[in-house]
Amino acid sequence: MAEFDLASVRADFPILSRVVRNGKHLVYLDNGATSQKPRSVVDAECEFYFQHNAAVHRGAHLLAEEATDAFEGARGKVASFINAETKEVVFTKSATESLNIVAYGFLNSSLGKAIPRSPFFVDASKNIVVSELEHHANLLPWQQLAERTGAQLRWFPVESEGRLDLSEVDSLIDENTAVVALTHQSNVTGAITDVNKIAKRVQSVHSIFVLDACQSAPHMKVDVRELGVDFLTFSGHKALGPTGVGVLWGRYELLAQMPPMITGGSMIESATMSAAIFAQPPKRFEAGVPNMAQAVGLGAAMDYLSSIGMEKISAHEKALTARALAGLRDIPGLTIIGPEQMESRGGVISFAVQGIHPHDLGQVLDDEGIAVRTGHHCAWPLMQALSVQATTRASFYLYNTEEEVDQLVTSVIAAKKFFRA
Amino acid sequence: MSLEALYHEIILDYYKNPHHKELHTPYDVEVHHNNPSCGDEVTLRLNVEDGVVASISWSGVGCSISQASTSIMTDLVQGASVAKALELERLFLEMMQSKGNFSEDIEVLEDAVALSGVAKYPARIKCALLGWMAFRDAALRVKS
Repeated sequence: MAEFDLASVRADFPILSRVVRNGKHLVYLDNGATSQKPRSVVDAECEFYFQHNAAVHRGAHLLAEEATDAFEGARGKVASFINAETKEVVFTKSATESLNIVAYGFLNSSLGKAIPRSPFFVDASKNIVVSELEHHANLLPWQQLAERTGAQLRWFPVESEGRLDLSEVDSLIDENTAVVALTHQSNVTGAITDVNKIAKRVQSVHSIFVLDACQSAPHMKVDVRELGVDFLTFSGHKALGPTGVGVLWGRYELLAQMPPMITGGSMIESATMSAAIFAQPPKRFEAGVPNMAQAVGLGAAMDYLSSIGMEKISAHEKALTARALAGLRDIPGLTIIGPEQMESRGGVISFAVQGIHPHDLGQVLDDEGIAVRTGHHCAWPLMQALSVQATTRASFYLYNTEEEVDQLVTSVIAAKKFFRA
Repeated sequence: MSLEALYHEIILDYYKNPHHKELHTPYDVEVHHNNPSCGDEVTLRLNVEDGVVASISWSGVGCSISQASTSIMTDLVQGASVAKALELERLFLEMMQSKGNFSEDIEVLEDAVALSGVAKYPARIKCALLGWMAFRDAALRVKS
């Protein structure tokens, strides 16, 4: 049983009472892809548009002031949510953009008129460390950076249970490591990375640690100071917030030395025909009129999560995950692609069923009203490392119930019967 | 629409016992197609003699829909003229894009008619088309 009123939480999410295929009630287990939205988030967006809409940081009228207050207020909410300073939080359009901003921060510090003594300088003498566990969003920007600068791309391998193999941490990360970019929690296997251990090594060689917290920040208490990382990113839409807004957190002294990826309006101190002086962070990284209503909606999502408490949400998801693992493990021919035990794992479970392709399994589950993800989960190299073509993935959130977990297990058994697998 | 209508018995049979699923040599053309959104893959080899599909074979991994559809397609085009085979491909594509309202006579598609239910599941249409698109690609390369 959840330590919060699950029924009243569910009532806050109108979509959860929807009827889907064949008159079945929706069982939404695709939270790793995107979360559903509580009424308060959509209301906050609505209120912004209907009452306060104006371009932020511009104009001398009342609405411009209110819009700026709402937008900057949301920044403050995000900052407290991850225990950061407000000026360290950059609103982006997505976590993918956040990661690209950092990767391009390195590139723009290194090409053409390179910035002397920049911590973001990278060339062929340097290396970039990622892992086989990464989502494409935290792999391709670094691949590109390596390709364009000649730096060596290195990676932590993955173990059979879908965890990072950290045994070579001291040789993989060395004095020439420009940046280490890793996932906090795998979107495929659910494995949680031992961030502190890696952070110690990164600090000892004075490198920069970028953490992809897309699958962790929405589900557990994330404290940027405790983690010991330098940059952290997550997406709004996976954390009950709207689409079109992501978060980039960075240590202020680093943000202050990082050049922007996108230039243009409202990110300058001054501009002439031949040059511009960029604004201080976070504005430096927010060129153009931002996704204001979405940021405000994300602020409401932070409020919603905090009002319940991340510890309670995390405990509830752990209970659901343990129940699902126990039920699924008992099904003959089913393999968990990821840690089978609860230690250092989150509420994302990938699995394979012998004789049933994940798409076919997903289709049968859909017929029962159960929404799961199937495929390679934007982590193709991980699929190759684990020697699987694709997986079926169930991922939980605060509004899921034990009954829904049981329905998943029952429906997988029914699918086996249907496909005579 | 029921799951049974989507997963017609014929589809499950071809899935479990695919036809022409052993790459032959020598061959005129080989193509490799994949479905980036799901990871399904097919490699297809083709020989054409006097405008007729003399031999066709494939290998690949994917869901029952993609595997059965590719298997059925190879049965249909083997021994047919390339022109006729491409006409079947056009018909199949139209059937898939019809959202279930298909007026043309589809009996010529034989066992592939069993895939008509896929048209009602937009996310699965690309599965059914994977092998057919590979064949079209290969056939046009041979012709050119």
